[in-house]
Formats: sequence, C-alpha cells, structure tokens
Amino acid sequence: MSDAASSIEKKDTFPKLLLHHAAVNGNAPAYRQKSLGIWQTLTWSQAAEKAEHMALGLQSIGLNRDDKVAIIGQNTSSLYLCFAAVQAIGAIPVPLYPDSNSEELVDILKQSEIKGAICQDQEQVDKIEKLKNEIPSIQFIVHEELRGMRNYVSDQLYSIDALEQLGHEKKSISSDSFRNSISKGIGSDLAIIIYTPGTTGAPKGVMLSYDALQKSARLAADQDNIDANENILAYLPLAWIGDHFISYAQHYLAGYTINCPESPDTLFSDLKDIGPSYFMAPPRIFERLVTQVSNRVQSASGMVNSIYRYFTGLAERVGAKILEGKPVGTLDRLFYGLGNLVIYGPIRNNLGFNHIKVAYTGGAPISDEVFSFYRSIGVNLKQIYIQTESSGYAFLQPNENVLSNSVGAAGPEVEFKVDKKGEIIYRSPGNFMGYYKNDKETKKILDKDGWIKSGDYGTINDNGHLSVIDRLVDKGEINSALIFTPQSIENKLKQSPFIQDAIVSGNGKDFVTAIIVVDPESLGSQLEKAGVGFSGYIDLSQQDMGFDLIKKDIDKLNEQLGKTETFSGLQVKRFTILHKQLDSIDGELTQTGKLRRKEVNKRFKKVIDALHSEKDTVELASNPKTEKSAGKSRKVLLKICNTTFNDKNGLDS
Amino acid sequence: MAASEQNSPESMLSVENITLSFGAVRAIRDVSFDIKRGEIRAIIGPNGAGKTSMLNVINGFYHPQQGQILFRGKVRKQMRPHEAAAGGIARTFQNVALFKGMSTLDNIMTGRNLKMNKWRVNLLPAMFYYGPTQKEEILHRQFVERIISFLEIEAIRKTPVGRLPYGLQKRVELGRALAAEPDLLLLDEPMAGMNLEEKEDMCRFILDVNDEFGTTIALIEHDMGVVMDLSDRVVVLDHGEKIADGTPDEVKANQNVIDAYLGVAH
Repeated sequence: MSDAASSIEKKDTFPKLLLHHAAVNGNAPAYRQKSLGIWQTLTWSQAAEKAEHMALGLQSIGLNRDDKVAIIGQNTSSLYLCFAAVQAIGAIPVPLYPDSNSEELVDILKQSEIKGAICQDQEQVDKIEKLKNEIPSIQFIVHEELRGMRNYVSDQLYSIDALEQLGHEKKSISSDSFRNSISKGIGSDLAIIIYTPGTTGAPKGVMLSYDALQKSARLAADQDNIDANENILAYLPLAWIGDHFISYAQHYLAGYTINCPESPDTLFSDLKDIGPSYFMAPPRIFERLVTQVSNRVQSASGMVNSIYRYFTGLAERVGAKILEGKPVGTLDRLFYGLGNLVIYGPIRNNLGFNHIKVAYTGGAPISDEVFSFYRSIGVNLKQIYIQTESSGYAFLQPNENVLSNSVGAAGPEVEFKVDKKGEIIYRSPGNFMGYYKNDKETKKILDKDGWIKSGDYGTINDNGHLSVIDRLVDKGEINSALIFTPQSIENKLKQSPFIQDAIVSGNGKDFVTAIIVVDPESLGSQLEKAGVGFSGYIDLSQQDMGFDLIKKDIDKLNEQLGKTETFSGLQVKRFTILHKQLDSIDGELTQTGKLRRKEVNKRFKKVIDALHSEKDTVELASNPKTEKSAGKSRKVLLKICNTTFNDKNGLDS
Repeated sequence: MAASEQNSPESMLSVENITLSFGAVRAIRDVSFDIKRGEIRAIIGPNGAGKTSMLNVINGFYHPQQGQILFRGKVRKQMRPHEAAAGGIARTFQNVALFKGMSTLDNIMTGRNLKMNKWRVNLLPAMFYYGPTQKEEILHRQFVERIISFLEIEAIRKTPVGRLPYGLQKRVELGRALAAEPDLLLLDEPMAGMNLEEKEDMCRFILDVNDEFGTTIALIEHDMGVVMDLSDRVVVLDHGEKIADGTPDEVKANQNVIDAYLGVAH
C-alpha cells in the first residue's frame, strides 16, 4: 500500500472520511436539498466528486495549505462540501454568520488574514467586496448563486460552477492530486476556526483540531446510537458549533444524510417533509412550535379541547415515564396508547417529529413546561450543554435519566468540577487548541493541565447532573444578601405563553424588575378573541389587557417564589412591556439567540432606572439605537405595572 | 423572436397621438411616447392624470378614439387584451386581481395558460392526467417553480393568496405576469400600500426581472423615490396630457412637472 493510501485509510480527517464513504457507500444519500420544490439527492460518490472539483479549483486559483477561507451563507449542500474541499487542501475554513454586517466582519477577517471567501449569494459577496480594500489578503471570492451577479466584473470573482470547471481541468492533468493532498493531513491538524460572538475586545477564534472534533463526535454518537440511517435537517447557522458538530463532524463520522431546507422561511414545512430522526434546535424553536400547537387547539371546538386536555393531562403524568422505560400502570398505558392514536401521534406528525430518535436543545436553557410537553408526547427531547471551546461536546442527558432542571451528566471522558465561586470547569477530549492569535484570552480560559473555565455559574445535584444557572459575570446580589441570577428568573418568566423574552435586572438594588417582550402570536390571538383591536406590534404591546395577562402570570410566579425563603426576595416587583421584539440585527441578541445582557442593560438603562424608581411610565425613542437623537425620532410611552409581592412575613404568620 | 426584430431600432412599443374619451370626459389627449427594448419606463402624474387609462390602452382593454399603437413595429389599432397577452404583454393591477381562494402556485400556473400546447392538452388525457398532458404540466410546473424561487415565495407556495399580506399578494401577481414570459411587463402601482421593506424587496425584484430576463418594463408609480431610482426614462401625464418626457433628472427639473405636483397659482 502506498503512503498516500495508508494515510487515507486512517480516516483521521474529514476529507479522508469523505473518500471512505464514497468508496464504501457510494450510492447512499449524503445530502438532499430542496430545489424548485423537489428534494434533490447527492450521493456520497457525487459529493466526493464535487468536493474534489471544488478543491482542485480552489488550488488553481491560489489556495494553499494553512490559508484561511471564509465561508458565509445559509445551509446548502455546496457550502457544506466547501468545508471538505478547503480542508482537503490543508487550508482552514472560517464559517461566518450570514446576517453579520461588514463592520462586524472586518475584525474577524483582518485577524484571520483570509485568503478568500466563499459566499452563498450576492448579498454576501457585496459585504466582502466592500472590505477588500481594508483587507489586502483577500485574493478571491467564490459565489454559489448566479442571481444578480451578471454585471459584476472582476477577475477575482468565481462562481462555484466555474470553480468546479477549473478543478475538472486540473484533474484531467493530474488525477491523483486530490488524494495526495488529502493524505498530507493528519488528525492533530487545525481543522476549523470558529469565531464566538464576543462583546468587546479582539475577536475570539476558537481553533479546533480534527482529533478533538472526531473524538467528541464519536463519543456523543455512541451514547445515543446515532448511525448511518439518521436523517437530519441542517438549518442552524453554519458558524455555530452545534451545527458544525451534527451537520458536519457527526455527519462524516456516522455517514448519515443531511437535508438542506429550500429557504430559511420554509423550515417548518421542510421539517414536516423530512421527519428527521436526529434533530437539534435552540429552545426558541421548540417553544414556538408548542405555542403554535396550543394556539391552534384553543381555536378548535370545545370537544376537541376537552379531549386534548384529558390526554395531555395523562401524558404529563405518564408520558415521560413510558419514554424512559419506567413502570406504568396497565390502564394508563392503554389510555396512553389511545392518546397516541388521536392526539400525540398527529401532533408529532404535524411538527415533523414522528421519526425522532433523539432531539437536542442547547445553547440556552429551555423552560420546564416546554421540555416536558415534548417528552410527554413521546419525543425524546434532551438537553445538552456545549461550548465552542469543547468542540460542541461536554454534558448531555443520558436516555434513561432525564431531569428537566439539569443539562445532564458529563459525557464519557469528560471531567469536571465546580469551583468556590460556582464556576463550571471541565476538561474533555474536545478541548480547543486555543484562540487564534489571542494568547491573552486563551490563558484566561485554558490552564496548562487542559482545564477550561466555562464562565458559567452552576450547581451539581446528587446524581452528578449539572444545572447551569447563569453566566458567572451576570451573577449579582439583591438587598446585598441574596444571590441574584437574572437568567434563572427570565427562564421562569418565559414559561408564560405570552412572554417571548424577558430582561430581568436588580443587581445591587433592593428588588427585582423585569422588562417583558410579549409574543405577538399568542397575545395577539388572545386579544382578537376578546375583540380588542390593535394596529401593530407597538400598539399590541401596550394594550391594557396584555398588561393584565402578564401581571397574572407574574403574580403566579411570585407566589411560587414567595413560598421559599431563598427565593422570596427574588420576586418580580415591577415590570413593563417593551415596544419591540429583541433582535440580533439590533445587537440585542447574539446570532444564536442569547441575550447580550451588557448591551441590553446599557440600551434600556432609562427603562431599568424607571423600573427601580417610583415612576409609572417611561418614555423612550421607538428605535433605541437613535436614543441620542431622540428629538427627531418617534417616541413611545411605556407603562410600568406593579405586581403582587408576597411578603415573607405574611407567609410566616 | 425574429432576428431582424432584434436588430431593429430599439423601440418596443410606441403610442402615437392617442386620444381616449369616455363620453364627454377626455381621459387622454393626444399623447405620444415610446418604450425602448430593455428599459424601465415610468409613467407618472397626479391623481386622475390618465396613467391607468394609458396602461389600459396599451394593454388593449380600452380602444382609443384616435391615434395608433405600434407594437414591435406593427400597427395595432384595436388590439384586444388576449391578443396583447399572446403578443407578449403582461400586466399587474392597481388593486390586486388574484384568485383569492387559490394557492400561490395555482395562481401563477394560470399565467402559463397561453403557453400551453393546445394539441397536447386536450380533454381526454387531461381528464385522466396521463401521457402528454402530464408531461406538459410538469414542464409548466418547472417554469413556475423557477419563478417562485426567483421571487423567494417558496414558503407560501401552498397558501391561499387571500390569506397573504398585501405585499406578498403583489409579489404573487408579479409572478403570474412573469409566468406568461412577457416581452413587455406593465406594472400598475406595484408598490402601493407597501411598507418600506416590502418596497425595497419589490424594487429589487423589478430590477432583477429587467436584468435577468431582459424584460421591458413600464410602470406606474406614486412613490417618487422609487420612480427616480428605478426607471431609465419617465413620462409625465397631467389631466390627460403629456407634460414631460425624459430621464429622471430631466423630469425632476421640469417646471411643468413641478407645477403639476405642487400646484400653481392661476
């Protein structure tokens, strides 16, 4: 066996695995993509051929080993294959969020000295073109879609088709160069740089090796019996570790099929088409689906409603137990079977969850109610705790022991501890190699023995399961005594169907307050039912009825919190409803949907101050970005509402 | 398309000395202008200036009492709407005129009606949906799917259009007009009642249609920003008469136009 062949046989990089699948399961589907309304299949051998042409094409336009290439766009099979093509040459892909603007990208592109960019469409090409003067290292831009590109004239611009053509020509000259190039890669090489959405300072590019990604992908797949028969829908941002983990690393290891949606808007109908067996989503997707179900049931007839209520009540009691294989009475089991026929099955089917073997939610905490809803109707939804720095693998819930308030136990080969401050510290096979060109930050997080400081505040329960409570930096105090973690209260608030987001504050103050962001769908349908008219989101958010409904839900939460000594002081005393939804484009959320607390606290300081004062209204510019020039822009008046605060003394008597 | 036609002077359509009256009301008085191949031509003017009437004349819906229309060099004195459609003129309407109960897909499919092969689609195979009929339908569906993808309305493919917001209905209507593969596309206030984002989207689609398919476009629009950005040439009507004709900059500087829009003391 030649050196090249024996190196490829090791399968220690993703391009080698691609060659392996093409040789072993050449006709099995690697990708499906909906195009012009029809799912088009790309087999492993077609995928390998396409990657080969793209890789050789990239080589002939000047890409070399160790160069960095930005990949920016939505989930398409071509872009996924670009990762393999870039890696085949020994270059390093740097995936970026397609909704970032040029200003957000410039630091990252400068630091990583990218040689070129592979863009999905004109929009992304324009962003990179704009930065070409600032970043002289850019030598080529490749675009997938042709639309709108007709009038672009540049000798640095290539379509993917043109690239493949170049590669095809190169292949006819030397047919072995693809394999030779791949055989030069080894497992300990740098595989990818993933930038984490940092708030300040230099960007943090997490360097991950093939070994780290492969080992953690393998361990996680084994834990859940993930194999080549899985079907997944790839719709999460390419630049998020969670997507890279399941749509790339595990895809290559297990050899299952990736399905790319037609467009970001068709996600839910594509989900129904595919019926994935393995699925990952941030909590907001699961929450949105539950809201849809309950809204639709509410507008159904009274009889349907009572049947639904009866069976979901039953499912709440026994569903999760049946899923975990725990003993359940015969009669209950019988009725659950009936419920499966008339309620649970149809719901699962409608959501596209009928074939789910395992579904994960991660990236942010999920509310208990939503979580148990899915488990009760037989969807094996589990939580994971991952970080980019751990290659997307750290804590996950084992099938037989799923607690809603924890993210599960440490995965195989993961060690962890919680230090005095309550910070979660861990070490795993997926450990990152460091931040790219940023030793200062690396040293802060990663010590010489390989322990990673997560920056998250958490506790360990008796089973050894981890509960993540909040970011450590957000942990504060109320009344200079109580430990205050805004996120845990926000999650409790978000259990209300009308609350989409919440910003809780109170650190260093005497009491807790909340800025509520209402869910337009559920609140809107409630208002419509009551015959209350509204004209747009701002109007909807400031309706008295909305305030009443939210107050009722917060009162309920306060009553719960008031019962225990430790939480009694954390009751939400005052709240207001924000006139807009939080958005990543406005910088209020990260691109994965987490709250940017620092930014939000700064932006809504006026509201937070008013909440902590005696005022009962607060005025601010309808677009908070223009607060400074508030004289010109439109203003909105937000009402502030007091809740029922349960006094501890009252309880004692 | 005949080769000679492509080489001919670029005029796609010209209206010459058109006069249109309804009883005693003169809607259009002696108006002439032309639309060149591949351009975006705007027709603007205050309310009641006769813009929509002009479009209806071009489209063959109204028959002018005087004047003639030259379409692709041929004189059309009395063109009927279906002849106009068959000749390559498609249009959208000021008030959306879609089949509200039908899906987006079906609505756009109706736009293919003229392109269907009369010999392949006859009653018997169509009743049982087999053979040539099936093949024919698949071809048309493919074409329609390309439009759906072009207009980025995949997510509403199966939604009845009556349930769609106004901005999207306008987009579907544009899709139906495109389905006829027109050489000349008439758009009657494509942005009316839209919010800023929808307007921006619509502008992009209009420019892309012009760019990708080389379709000649004549549009009526009230939003001056849109008109000035989009169009190559503008013709201005007021009280049924042409008061200006030229590039957006020329028209903007024209005193008659300023008077017509801002009013003038008599």
